[in-house]
Amino acid sequence: MTKNGTSAPGNAKKKIGFFHEVKKNRILFLMLVPTALFFILNNYLPIIGVYYAFTKFNYAGGLFYSPFVGLDNFKFLIQSGKLGALTFNTIAYNLVFIFLGNFLQIFLAILLSQMVGKVFKKVAQSIIFLPYFVSYVILSVIVYSLFNYEVGFVNGTLRSLGQEPFDAYNTPNIWPFLMVLFHLWKGLGYGTVVYLAAIMGISQEFYEAAKIDGANIFQQIRYITIPLLVPTFIMLLLFALGGIMRGQFDLFYQVIGTNGVLYDVTDILDTYVYRALKQDYDIGMGTAASLYQSIFGFIIIMVVNTIVRKKQPDYALF
Amino acid sequence: MSRFSKREYDSRVIAFNIMAYAFVLAAVIFCVFPIILIVSGSFTDNKELLANGYALLPQQFSLEAYQQLFRYPEDIIRAYISTIFVTVTGTAAGLFFISMTGYVLQRKDFRYRNTISFLIYFTSIFGGGMVPWYIMLSRVLHLQNTIMARIFPGLMTSFLIILMRTFIQNSVPNAIVESGKIDGAGDFTIYLKLVLPVIAPGLATVGLFLALGYWNEWYVTSLFISKKELYSLQYFLYDMVNSQKMAQELAARGGVSVADVPGESVKMAMVVVATGPIIFLYPFVQRYFVSGITIGAVKG
Repeated sequence: MTKNGTSAPGNAKKKIGFFHEVKKNRILFLMLVPTALFFILNNYLPIIGVYYAFTKFNYAGGLFYSPFVGLDNFKFLIQSGKLGALTFNTIAYNLVFIFLGNFLQIFLAILLSQMVGKVFKKVAQSIIFLPYFVSYVILSVIVYSLFNYEVGFVNGTLRSLGQEPFDAYNTPNIWPFLMVLFHLWKGLGYGTVVYLAAIMGISQEFYEAAKIDGANIFQQIRYITIPLLVPTFIMLLLFALGGIMRGQFDLFYQVIGTNGVLYDVTDILDTYVYRALKQDYDIGMGTAASLYQSIFGFIIIMVVNTIVRKKQPDYALF
Repeated sequence: MSRFSKREYDSRVIAFNIMAYAFVLAAVIFCVFPIILIVSGSFTDNKELLANGYALLPQQFSLEAYQQLFRYPEDIIRAYISTIFVTVTGTAAGLFFISMTGYVLQRKDFRYRNTISFLIYFTSIFGGGMVPWYIMLSRVLHLQNTIMARIFPGLMTSFLIILMRTFIQNSVPNAIVESGKIDGAGDFTIYLKLVLPVIAPGLATVGLFLALGYWNEWYVTSLFISKKELYSLQYFLYDMVNSQKMAQELAARGGVSVADVPGESVKMAMVVVATGPIIFLYPFVQRYFVSGITIGAVKG
């Protein structure tokens, strides 16, 4: 009886299905139309174009008539050693950005949340947030004004101290360090505000109770603030790990541009693809590199998400 | 009562605050220092800049860079106006679409909310990459050298839609929607008249992200725009920086004094002008921004 009883409404539900739903909620569906169109045109239809990765693309042939070359583009990317180097740079930079960035943001947020002096806190918070509003084009001008050989601030200071000027734009080894610095500069304020908001969400009762138990300020941070920030940290961490194959294109392209001297230490997948499209017009190769990036990134997300779902389902991305 | 006064004089609290002030001050200097350098550069005489390099304070205050920049202001004003237009229309349209979508996707009685949410989220974990996207927009939609090319790509992101959905879910009581239904209002009317007015922090947060994206945009322009009249403000600056670099190299090769090339300080003045209004946006939305992030980021 139960079997029939449950299956009958189930069947009925199937029959009324999608079209009934559209009819019933016509307005709700209409409200989704612009968004649906956007994602179809901007994200889903272009996926068809990954076919270029298997062609030696030319504009005359277009998508369907360019010569098919199988996996040649991938073979070239792997054999030239490019793919390995680009992947390493992309992931290594992102890992440093993520961990160092989050560490400093949490540290700063804790300091700001517990220190005295309302006005100073407000002003400091606003100033630290300033770089977030500055465009990457402007960041590149800032970098130039700091490190330009003739007029840069760094060399000006060195000269006035009687030291030899320093040719940063021809010294590749210093750039990994600099890129991290620039990235921290730009993102410090935003991350700090996010963590600060999370700290503000912690109930004051915890702190009051800890004070009654005699916990000092450092103990309160150690045993209340930090443990309660862990969920926010893990959420942001997983979100960031999901994008680990996507480099900070704006940062790298604007600061390094087409300075080939620095490519070994600063070229990431995104800048390589951009140059393939804009400079070399190598559609096939560019598509191949970005398809590799997409698939590799997708696999990383799936693996991370599966592990997280097993261990801590609450943190799973989906 | 005594507990609190004791806390005030706790040596650990004092130690913490000394440490906190030291580090926060260091962070403030780290963040503001390059900005001061630029602003100071823009108020420095170009010859002095070339002779002495960038400094934290101009030795001789000069407005020449700004005068030179605005001697032929047509191009800058055009880039400014078009960027304001793109930012305002793009942000308004984006906010409308995103909030509408967020509202529908959090309606419990909307059966496909999870499927559609996932389809939107999926775009952030897999895509065709830059090149097919470029071909789609330029060859299929024919957006090259149209203002639409600068508006369309920035309209929404899956992150902002999910942020908005979660925000509405957590901050709009279901009773509001129900009362609207009882009064016989349609779904769109409920969204427009009842939901929109109570989600200001969410709108401010998402709006700030959108506006910032449009204002600081150079990438889309670099891909789709070749007509100078349609340059975005940041790309205009980028173009100026690059052509100045080129002029410098040519001058150096041709034996012309670098000092004759229109200058460093003009570039800095352009940076100040190009940052302009967007930096003043934050104080206005700051109040909403924090609550927007907080409520929107709580996983729903």
